Amino acid sequence: MSQPRTLYDKLWDAHVVKQREDGTALLYIDRHLLHEVTSPQAFEGLRLAGRSPWRLGANLATPDHNVPTTQKERAQGVSGIEDETSRIQVQTLDENCDAFGITEFKINDVRQGIVHVVGPEQGATLPGMTLVCGDSHTATHGAFAALAHGVGTSEVEHVLATQCLIQRKMKNLLIQVDGRLQPGVTAKDIILAVIGEIGTAGGTGYAMEFAGSAIESLSMEGRMTICNMAIEAGARVGLVACDQTTLDYVKGRPFAPQGEQWAQAEAYWKNLHTDSGAVFDKVVTLDAAAIEPQVSWGTSPEMVAPISGQVPNPADAVDETQRKSWVRALEYMGLQPNQALTDIRLDRVFIGSCTNSRIEDLRAAAVVIKGRKVASSVKQALVVPGSGLVKQQAEAEGLDQVFVAAGFEWREPGCSMCLAMNADKLGAGEHCASTSNRNFEGRQGYGGRTHLVSPAMAAAAAIAGHFIDVRQF
Amino acid sequence: MQKFTQLNGLVAPLDRANVDTDLIIPKQFLKSIKRTGFGPNLFDELRYLDEGYPGQDASQRPLNPDFVLNQPRYQGAEVLLARQNFGCGSSREHAPWALVDFGFRAVIAPSFADIFFNNAPKNGLLLIQLDEAVLDRLFAEVAASEGYRLLIDLPAQKVTTPSGEVLSFEMDPFRKHCLINGLDDIGITLQDAQAIKDYEVRQAQQTPWIFA
Ligand code: SF4
Repeated sequence: MSQPRTLYDKLWDAHVVKQREDGTALLYIDRHLLHEVTSPQAFEGLRLAGRSPWRLGANLATPDHNVPTTQKERAQGVSGIEDETSRIQVQTLDENCDAFGITEFKINDVRQGIVHVVGPEQGATLPGMTLVCGDSHTATHGAFAALAHGVGTSEVEHVLATQCLIQRKMKNLLIQVDGRLQPGVTAKDIILAVIGEIGTAGGTGYAMEFAGSAIESLSMEGRMTICNMAIEAGARVGLVACDQTTLDYVKGRPFAPQGEQWAQAEAYWKNLHTDSGAVFDKVVTLDAAAIEPQVSWGTSPEMVAPISGQVPNPADAVDETQRKSWVRALEYMGLQPNQALTDIRLDRVFIGSCTNSRIEDLRAAAVVIKGRKVASSVKQALVVPGSGLVKQQAEAEGLDQVFVAAGFEWREPGCSMCLAMNADKLGAGEHCASTSNRNFEGRQGYGGRTHLVSPAMAAAAAIAGHFIDVRQF
Repeated sequence: MQKFTQLNGLVAPLDRANVDTDLIIPKQFLKSIKRTGFGPNLFDELRYLDEGYPGQDASQRPLNPDFVLNQPRYQGAEVLLARQNFGCGSSREHAPWALVDFGFRAVIAPSFADIFFNNAPKNGLLLIQLDEAVLDRLFAEVAASEGYRLLIDLPAQKVTTPSGEVLSFEMDPFRKHCLINGLDDIGITLQDAQAIKDYEVRQAQQTPWIFA
């Protein structure tokens, strides 16, 4: 009988090509996702060295970070992108993919979208895989019991050329969330609560597995939301075991195995869970029933509180470092100590990003919005679907009509206001209820003030004009 | 990466200490999506009389006739003589990219900044450290004779001057190995190409859908 292993151990073991003397290993990479921002110099490097991709079929590309989301700019395709730097980057991705023969969903392909939405949607993300992408939110794909993490440009090139990475094994961390979520509380609230609990460095050096009855009862969309933000807790890798929910989601997707291979895959995937008796280096437990809807008040995802709570008072900080960072955050965010979160008024609302732009997220927001209007004090409320297919599905369900009738703008897929590389951004001093994952200074625009929330909470805030507990809505 | 074994290269002198990476390649050129094409903007502020920005046609810009690399006798130089602490400042890999793109294959100086020292060989650029006093002499010899070339032999770790003087230099064995064989990190991984292929053959049995 072999030693009981964690899910991470199993994924790691299955992909070691060669163990090196210095403690690192050559790890095989099954799937490589590419986008326009971190790939150009990697392709250039390949070309200069006269190399070609090791295994073409491992790669899948789509532009997302820089693409405009208005129909006006999108109608012309790449040439319609007004910002020159953005246009050139998207064009370069097209040219590189064409030249090397890499499958790409181009800007107006219905399958285009945020790379972390597209991979799973296409079945390009499969259980048991190792998957990398030049983007830190690659952790998202761990929801499929896949070993997935972000890499830099030189590693993008390394993976293109060798289908491998030189890696050092991480430690195992278990986040155990048991119990039943209250109605109105979502996966986003779980992960924000986890980050609030362990801090943004709590997972550094670990592969972070999420388990427990609360996680098992989540949809794949919810699990992706959770793994997406593992990186905000410091962990490059988030993981959830493979179960029937996973298999049901994957089955029939374009890149998923079919027929006989499906049966073989299913049998293999059913082993993708932590063995009982396996030892984690660290365990954190949370009671799902106690989690309230969360709102971030500061400039780091760990600066988060339940909606019934308040902005903290720096006088209550545990030490001088924390006090200083709270003072700085409150100043940047324009908030007062002890201010109720429900007193924060919003200028803009953004529903989108690789954290929360899937069909389930849009449905959750639409339920809250239906028959209501965006508060007149809110300057702009945006819904940016994660992919062309999510958009199509939402339109088939009439969700776009619900949003538009309420006063939301219904956009084309892309990263959009998550990082403000395109025209969608906050003005200085503006407060935004955002379903994205980072609330760093300037993230959504110079001087912009981001509050991270779930789609349902963002929807409720749009209607009320300030944060409000969606459970009482 | 280009292999480096022997080179008999024309030498250009840059008689200036603490040449930083911003001087080597100014920050406005970092927006590029490429790692080639930086050559025309190498030493941009020293080389041209106007202000440089990305996308200009460099051939239309007014050259600074006093700058050494603009002098006819140094056209086609492959070896750069420099002074202490060459490559200090930011970590931009664009600095070695620009030097290589311009045509330099080696830089000889009394000392190099750390990060630049690490970046350069990854891009096939050989860095040779020689004593300040030796450099003084080389600078004088270059100035005195047009068409001055140095013979660099990396495997032997020797530089030979036109007069036949032989100068030895130190070299980290791993870097030397990578340069001589033209190996970057990728090149090193590719030495395990057979192991990667074997892995793929094995896995194709276990998880054929990955390789479909
Ligand atoms: S949506 Fe935001 S976090 Fe996600 S990949 Fe795009 S920019 Fe990054």
